[in-house]
Amino acid sequence: MPQAVLKMIQTPAEMIVEVDGIAMRYEGGVQALKGVDLKIPAGRLTSFLGPSGCGKTTLLKIIAGLLVPTEGEVRIRGARVAGPGPDRAFVFQDFALMPWATVIRNVAFGLELRGVAKDARHEIARKYIAEVGLAGFEESYPHELSGGMRQRVGLARALAVDADILMMDEPFASVDEQTRRKFQEDLLELLAKERKTVIFVTHSIEEAVYVSDQVVLLSPRPGRVQQIIDTEVDRSKTPDEIRRDKNYLDRVDEIWAILKTYLR
Amino acid sequence: MALRTLGRQTWLWKLLSFALFFGAWEIAGRIPISLSFPPFWDTFVAFVTMTFNGDFAGAYAQTVQPLIIGIVISAVVGIGSGVVMGLWRTMEWLLVVVFIILYAAPVAAIIPLVTYIYGIGLTSKVIAVVIMALPLIVLNCYKGVRHTHPSLIEMVRSFQGTRWQEIRMIILPNASSLVFAGLRLGVGAGFIGVVLAELLITPTGIGDLITYHRAVADYAEMFADITSIIALSAVTLAALLKMESLVRPETRKR
Repeated sequence: MPQAVLKMIQTPAEMIVEVDGIAMRYEGGVQALKGVDLKIPAGRLTSFLGPSGCGKTTLLKIIAGLLVPTEGEVRIRGARVAGPGPDRAFVFQDFALMPWATVIRNVAFGLELRGVAKDARHEIARKYIAEVGLAGFEESYPHELSGGMRQRVGLARALAVDADILMMDEPFASVDEQTRRKFQEDLLELLAKERKTVIFVTHSIEEAVYVSDQVVLLSPRPGRVQQIIDTEVDRSKTPDEIRRDKNYLDRVDEIWAILKTYLR
Repeated sequence: MALRTLGRQTWLWKLLSFALFFGAWEIAGRIPISLSFPPFWDTFVAFVTMTFNGDFAGAYAQTVQPLIIGIVISAVVGIGSGVVMGLWRTMEWLLVVVFIILYAAPVAAIIPLVTYIYGIGLTSKVIAVVIMALPLIVLNCYKGVRHTHPSLIEMVRSFQGTRWQEIRMIILPNASSLVFAGLRLGVGAGFIGVVLAELLITPTGIGDLITYHRAVADYAEMFADITSIIALSAVTLAALLKMESLVRPETRKR
């Protein structure tokens, strides 16, 4: 029986992330991004959507502090981003789990790097392992888990460090359709509880509209912000109802119409 | 149904594999393929005899000396160099050529040179072991350290890990599978090195036994000597695998 998703409280949001004139040129001459200006609201889920190669993952990594842009700057609450920080956590597309460590050690890893004592960090890890639905698998190794379970470990690890901003790089790309839908629903429930700002990279239009409050459309390489679309989807409905909601379907069509022009 | 359960007993298949091999050996020896090729049974009898009359004990007491010294030196210097080369580009450029050449060079051709410089004693034999084992250990260790998956490095940076944490908690544990592979290959090569040394420099230990039995045409004994060194090498590698599963619990089958 599908759980009704909690309604997101619509209050005017503080713009927690400001992207100002970002350009990224890789060694070898590839211009991934050019002149990207963007503001991301706190406590909401924003997704980056666009054709392959448009620079969405590059932009995400620049905000995370994992890449240094060739031009421009990113500010978080007014402070310039100079590298990774405790206010941001990243969920990787290929999970990036340590194969030699158990689930609980992987989830507690962010805390271990900070020097948190073993008992304390394992207790926190257990809580988030349960929250992502992996209770009982604390002592398993990643190779004993399915792809979907490994991704949940990655998510639990990012939640465990209690960062304000969660960045997810195509987190559901490596799982099958049924698991993917379930994850989208679970993610919304989880985030309503955790109240974080989430930036999500995806190449699925349906996923972007279903999950996010606003969709940032990027143009093909060199990527720049084509358009920002508010999804205005009523999240008090059940997941199945949302997927039939007129607003949802209209947004998907709207976005598809824009992306189609890139194919020509 | 019972047959299927029986079929799943792996030890049974392993035993069958040995039985087939020894059976074929026995038949080949009885044909005979050659006057100097003894049947399995004669070899087995010679093997048991020499185990209990102290021949093997005496021989290996000498052989293991350069073997163990050489392997310990190779492991310590090898893993150390491999890690340093994997982490610092300058060291890589300086050293990798040396080890690749050493790895590619036919050791049997280098040994006369070693004998000329270092004489015919223990030193030369240790050097023979090291020349065989060291390049394998270094090159595997270096590869393991340098080719850490980039997303693991990115992950540790995203959680603000320091470079030292990156090395200690990600790069080195990640390299451990290749380090152990290098050790296994190195130990195997060390065995080759010590036997070559004992055959080419001066006969001591098991090399001496092989040479002697060949000279007096005791072919069953000679084959028993060869089998004993093969068996020792196999047992050592099995012990290494066991040690690896203790250090790397994720490799244990559950």
